[in-house]
Amino acid sequence: MHNVLQQLVNGLSLGGIYALIALGYTMVYGIIELINFAHGDVYTLGTFFSLAILGLLGVSNQLHGTPLVIDVAITVIGAMILCGLVGVVIERFAYRPLRNAPRLAPLITAIGVSFILENVMQLWRGPSPVPFPQVFPNPAWVVGGIEIQAKQMMVILFAIVMMVALQLFIYNTKLGKAMRATAQDRDAAQLMGINVNATIALTFLIGSALAGAAGFVSGVYYQSTWFFNGFNAGLKAFTAAVLGGIGNLAGAMLGGFLIGLIEALANLFPNGNQWSNVVVFSVLVLVLIFRPSGLLGESLPEKV
Amino acid sequence: MLQRLASLPRSRQIIVWIGLALVLVALPFIDHNDSHFNLLADAGVYVLLALGLNIVVGFAGLLDLGYAAFFAIGSYSYAMLASPQFNIHVPFWVMLFLASGIAAVFGLLLGAPTLRLRGDYLAIVTLGFGEIVPQTFLNLNKYTGGPNGISSLDTPSFFGHPFGFASVPYYYVILALIGVGLFAAYNLRDSRLGRAWMAIREDELAAKHMGINTTTAKLAAFAFGASFSGMAGCIFASKLNLVSPDSFQFSVSVLVLAMLVLGGMGNIPGVIVGSLVLFTVNFIFLPQANNIAASINLHVDFTNYRFFVYGFILVAIMLFKPEGLIPSQQRRAELRAGHAKTEPG
Repeated sequence: MHNVLQQLVNGLSLGGIYALIALGYTMVYGIIELINFAHGDVYTLGTFFSLAILGLLGVSNQLHGTPLVIDVAITVIGAMILCGLVGVVIERFAYRPLRNAPRLAPLITAIGVSFILENVMQLWRGPSPVPFPQVFPNPAWVVGGIEIQAKQMMVILFAIVMMVALQLFIYNTKLGKAMRATAQDRDAAQLMGINVNATIALTFLIGSALAGAAGFVSGVYYQSTWFFNGFNAGLKAFTAAVLGGIGNLAGAMLGGFLIGLIEALANLFPNGNQWSNVVVFSVLVLVLIFRPSGLLGESLPEKV
Repeated sequence: MLQRLASLPRSRQIIVWIGLALVLVALPFIDHNDSHFNLLADAGVYVLLALGLNIVVGFAGLLDLGYAAFFAIGSYSYAMLASPQFNIHVPFWVMLFLASGIAAVFGLLLGAPTLRLRGDYLAIVTLGFGEIVPQTFLNLNKYTGGPNGISSLDTPSFFGHPFGFASVPYYYVILALIGVGLFAAYNLRDSRLGRAWMAIREDELAAKHMGINTTTAKLAAFAFGASFSGMAGCIFASKLNLVSPDSFQFSVSVLVLAMLVLGGMGNIPGVIVGSLVLFTVNFIFLPQANNIAASINLHVDFTNYRFFVYGFILVAIMLFKPEGLIPSQQRRAELRAGHAKTEPG
């Protein structure tokens, strides 16, 4: 039983990272119905950007007090801005020219962009895993025999804060309203005076910035990364987005936590970690067969 | 030139194909360097893979990102049924058909639940499938040898003459399989089923309203595509004499997709040229470039740029020449349609 509870804690923190990535997938899919395969790589890029910024700040080990707050804030915001810009550039050059082309075309460029990003990261930081400094003090509490690490709490809290902020932005600001209108009907939105191109670019900016934040968090959590990290994480996050109901923000969050839990619970079985991908994709296929609209999504008719 | 070739009447085209076939059959009598045929046989495996993926992506317009999984299934079928692993020794020629059949069955198993879904979900499900198949082979140590794979597979023999270590016999087998594959691909394209695929590709909803059973047609595309891949896997495994899970990474699926996109999705000569060009770049040009760079004391490993090459081809071709280098007229019109539209749709 202890084992199960321990894996639940691990799963929730794992799920926090998936949830942050899934938000980007779900936003982009919601607005232009494209699976942005490059999103997972933007997330890995976020870890590498964070690493580079920490390097510039001269941080290589644990921080305390004010420097901790300042340096972490600079790193997170820097990684978010850089990743956001990468997302906007990808949208502008790889997806926008194909917005009216057959669906196959942008999907193929998305795969291409993903491969280019992976290669760039491989050339930048090499093919082997790169260590990430332990920036935070990481005390652990033992509650009833279950160990809860500070960084696990941080991941979960961070994901929830980001998600609430995003929800507030989308439902309480004019730009958020523009995003929702564009997602509903691009032509009508344009007729109402919404700048559709700018709104889609904004969606990529926010989605990719969240991936950048997730990249920092995962660096802190795993203390290492490598150029191919985003491939698996991206697939799992996409599964999370579909599980929660694609296009639905709260769904992405719920899906992320559930996928994290499923993956962690798979670890309870002997050699379970070897099978985690198999388990997650089986979940994806089952969801698509029995409830393609996801847990919180409403079923949409295919646009003609 | 190839575009002019494509516009020749059918009978002339057949003459060109036969001429080409005669040259390729005669080649081993002129050139006695076995390593050339080793490369040509490997290139042929990719041609076969590309012809199969072309049925799924080019004809039916379904994006399959896990095509390497069927290649893996074909290879492992041969490795498990024609080796000392379980002491089963099914003859190579039987295995060719059996492996493609097994792959086709897996194509149906994957397709049946997912093909009713929208196209882009299919892409991600196939991507997941492509990921779990090699992982399953990796994890099932007891049956598949885990990370080491299965080695010392049976050597094929032809009427009692074993193939041995020479590459020429494999070259001939692959040539024959490509011949069969071409015949099948052309006939499928021009069949009732082929027209249904193209109707689905252009507009699935309209095709459905015209009375096409889109689910069956898509399943058939998946099964045919997988069977090519399974066959290619069988010969690949027998030629290499070993299988291991690393040979079937995601990058293999993307490489074959890039071959199609480069040559021209849906156009058979285009697909063949695309696969030969990309094979040459990937397996001959990049390693050679390393040697040249090393000779002028430049230490760059060009093979590290492989992913970049695939990615660049996919992006650049889709943006600037979505119909590929050697397009089919019909596909060109479809893919260009989106570029001409100005208003958002």
